[in-house]
Amino acid sequence: MLLKITFTQQRRVRLAQGLWLMSWLAVMSGAFIFCLGVYLKTELLRRAEVMDNTEIHMVPNILMMVGLVSIGTNWVATRVCQDSLDASRFPRWKLLLMAWFAVAMLLCCLLLAVVVLSYALQGRLEESLKVGLRNGIRFYKDTDVPGRCFQKETIDRLQMEFRCCGNNNFKDWFEVQWVSNRYLDFTSKDVKDRIRSNVDGRFLLDGVPFSCCNPASPRPCLQYHLTDNSAHYSYDYQAEELNLYSRGCRQALTDYYMEMMNSTGPGVLSVILIQMSVLVSLRYLQTAVEGATALEDPEGESVGYLLEKGVKETFEDVKANVLDILKFAQVDPSAAEGSPGAEDAEKPADNTTEKAASPTPSPAS
Amino acid sequence: MALLPVKFDLKKRVKLAQTVWFMYWFAVLAGVLVLSMGLFFKIELRKRSELMDNNESHFLPNLLILMGLIACSINVFGGKVCYDSLDPDKFAKWKPMLKTYLVFCVGFNALLLVTAVLCFLMRIPMQFTLAEGLRNGMRYYKDTDTPGRCYMKRTLDLMQIEFRCCGNDNYRDWFEIQWVSNRYLDFSSKEVKDRIGSNVDGQYLMDGVPFSCCNPSSPRPCIQAQMTNNTAHYSYDHYTEDLNVWKRGCRDALLFYYGGMMNTIGALVILVTMLEASVTVGMQYVHSSLCNLANPEDPESESEGWLLEKTVKETFTDIMDKMKSMGKGIKVEEGEPVVETVS
Repeated sequence: MLLKITFTQQRRVRLAQGLWLMSWLAVMSGAFIFCLGVYLKTELLRRAEVMDNTEIHMVPNILMMVGLVSIGTNWVATRVCQDSLDASRFPRWKLLLMAWFAVAMLLCCLLLAVVVLSYALQGRLEESLKVGLRNGIRFYKDTDVPGRCFQKETIDRLQMEFRCCGNNNFKDWFEVQWVSNRYLDFTSKDVKDRIRSNVDGRFLLDGVPFSCCNPASPRPCLQYHLTDNSAHYSYDYQAEELNLYSRGCRQALTDYYMEMMNSTGPGVLSVILIQMSVLVSLRYLQTAVEGATALEDPEGESVGYLLEKGVKETFEDVKANVLDILKFAQVDPSAAEGSPGAEDAEKPADNTTEKAASPTPSPAS
Repeated sequence: MALLPVKFDLKKRVKLAQTVWFMYWFAVLAGVLVLSMGLFFKIELRKRSELMDNNESHFLPNLLILMGLIACSINVFGGKVCYDSLDPDKFAKWKPMLKTYLVFCVGFNALLLVTAVLCFLMRIPMQFTLAEGLRNGMRYYKDTDTPGRCYMKRTLDLMQIEFRCCGNDNYRDWFEIQWVSNRYLDFSSKEVKDRIGSNVDGQYLMDGVPFSCCNPSSPRPCIQAQMTNNTAHYSYDHYTEDLNVWKRGCRDALLFYYGGMMNTIGALVILVTMLEASVTVGMQYVHSSLCNLANPEDPESESEGWLLEKTVKETFTDIMDKMKSMGKGIKVEEGEPVVETVS
């Protein structure tokens, strides 16, 4: 027996009551995880226009699913607790409890996976933002093209809210034509010069949109002729730091989302702890109550344990059971077919004898 | 003839006391709500006190905080009295205080109603404070090197971006002040000298606005400078252009924001007043029913509870008589030596 504890009747009652409270706490934490998932998903959807793929949505999706399943699972645990002290009603939960333990373990593993994923997917998020922002900047001028007409507003609001400019930095705006042709006077010399100065015939400026302007700058914002020191009085392009936002939007958004996911880390870890403790306590309760019902005096002492046999033996038992079920499923169709089925049946039998597990009767003698 | 009398037996009295006790706990929560609303409003005013020239009146939030505190304390006291009312010994020690307590409650409810009305009326002085504050703020926009005013530019820019507004009444307010600091003006250039020479005060005025006035929804990149000159920009007509910069003035925007907040607070205070009035009425019934037991020795006997001992008119005349006799009493004391000599 693994980690056995003796339980008197009073201790069993206490355990059931404590577990009932803890299960309701676990239901609350399941609801909390679900709400967390919904919040993350809404935040990601809000900026979906500047993201190229939705891989990062895996994190909030798993959180929402785990939250819902956890609410249901822990609610079942509360029902089991309520019935546990009533000898006539407890036995009907016997079969369900095995499944319950499996589901609870799966939930804990999924929550751990979410924590790992939120770090692992950072690179993919950056890639997605890089492509999304590049497209946003390219389509900034297309306010008359259906489907892209809101890119300008989206990018402007994004730059103002996150205090960033461009993809990596403000120079990204120098490489793109962000002024629509509708507002360019093609008869003017300046426009003709600029268009001829590059291969694709684009109107490139050393200027940025107004949303890059930093309100903390002591001087009114300089948007155009940024690289030309003589265009503005007392201006040095290399030394000017406060005029525009120096951070790139990709960096700003990645930092924002990483900070959000990191701050949810401790919450998720504590929910894992709560779920594990509910699982362990329920196992003790189950074994203690079953032991008590087997005694002559149901109110006497019984022993509760985590595993009936040692870890290795239990593992071998479980493996044997699973293989039995698999073989059982394979034997039935093979009995109808005859020899080809017998060959199939031989193979798993060989496998089991090779692994030197507990002896299993070979079905096709 | 009592006003709205109700007959009570023991069971009914107990039920009444329990209900009123329960309602007192809600009233405590309502008091906490009023307190927190006052605090919230105070913080919001503080946040933007620079835009109001640090001149804004904190009378209303302070009043709300005070009312919230008083409400909490009298409701806790009332709850305790209700709880004790079922035990005649404990109730006996509260009995003498109850009449003054109820009068105080009525006065407090009247004050709460006045506070609610004030919430709706405070919009008017706020309009003037905002207009004055914004006008001064805009004047100091360029003074980013003057200690004490160096953050005005940032505050104004962030406010115009957040509230989607431009200038005081509209964007033309920026045309009338110099918002570019002299440090960034090249006084040897002809254009600067022309502009400075064009007005009496020697200010550098332009028909341009700061970048924070720009509207992101505009289909074309923002036009901030030379806004009234149609030829300066291709395909531009400043009479028909309405998406380029924000059309709304910041005074209107801020007034709308604070006005909405005050309306909500006013409505909630009215609801709290109604709750307080109902607990006062309940307490009056508890008090009167316990004071008029049919058999004073038997706590389980029947009794009658009422809202007022006599009708409204009689109560009013009673109060007037009492006040007159109090006034006469004072006069008699003063006039005693005179009376003695006459007799």
